[in-house]
Amino acid sequence: MTEYTPVHVGTVTKYVVVESFDITPADLAVRAYEIAKGAMIKETCFGLVINGKEEEVDRIISELRTIDPDHIFIKDRGFPPGDPRRCRANLGGARPGYHGMEQEMTIIPYVSHGLEVIQTRDIQTVPAPQNPLEHTDLDVNRLKKLIEAQES
Amino acid sequence: MVKVFIYPATSLILSDLVARYGHTPLSSAVAIRERIQTAGLESPPLQITPEEPKKGLRWAAVEVPAGVRGRMSLYGPQIEACEAAIIINDADLAFGCMGCARTNELVKFLLRQKDIPKLDLYYPKSEEEGVQFVSAIKRFLDGLGGQK
Repeated sequence: MTEYTPVHVGTVTKYVVVESFDITPADLAVRAYEIAKGAMIKETCFGLVINGKEEEVDRIISELRTIDPDHIFIKDRGFPPGDPRRCRANLGGARPGYHGMEQEMTIIPYVSHGLEVIQTRDIQTVPAPQNPLEHTDLDVNRLKKLIEAQES
Repeated sequence: MVKVFIYPATSLILSDLVARYGHTPLSSAVAIRERIQTAGLESPPLQITPEEPKKGLRWAAVEVPAGVRGRMSLYGPQIEACEAAIIINDADLAFGCMGCARTNELVKFLLRQKDIPKLDLYYPKSEEEGVQFVSAIKRFLDGLGGQK
């Protein structure tokens, strides 16, 4: 085993994922370059990867969020941008972890809609979602339908 | 600001919503970052060294596979540090090999054992469910108090 010397120590990396009809990753990148003071910004197909000191990254992100708050999502990342252990340029395929993000991108429009609606609707009046821990009995009518579907 | 463990620990949606409403999400990226930024022996790709399965013994027995114990060395300290948890059940992206699957079971078990506020949900499958999903998370996080 060889010695490991880390790079970008003391920095944080965050993903900025944009799922919007009005804003593209290129628009966000231009705005981020304008306001960044020493942070590393990488434009990707889904948004941006920003690396730098925590306060600086948080400042850039809070500024970017204001552009389209309900359609911009932020997530932490362990590796710095372009790290050869994770970057697809070295691996020859999608970055590990992208598939999870890609799957959540199909759900994000519903979450964005929820974020938009709760600005105008009292959240106390919104019914609670289905509780996964509740085990309800099989409804008789549903059982009948299942039997009929099997028989036909 | 309350430390909220999110499950799936790589979830973009949960990580964003927890931070958006003023709390600290505990995700796998944060645990990996600690290892990536710490000097030691080179162990690509995730800097999980042979020491990690030993640390995992705190949460899993010695006969449990090393893959589970290594993963628990990432999630175990976060489960101990968390003050609340949001769990999404039957998440497609939490699917993985046996190491991941058994670790997921153990993570959920440890969270359920812990006496902290927990919110169990499914991912939304429609716009109305999206409203209910976001409202439930906001109500839960507002109820924790201590926002920044």
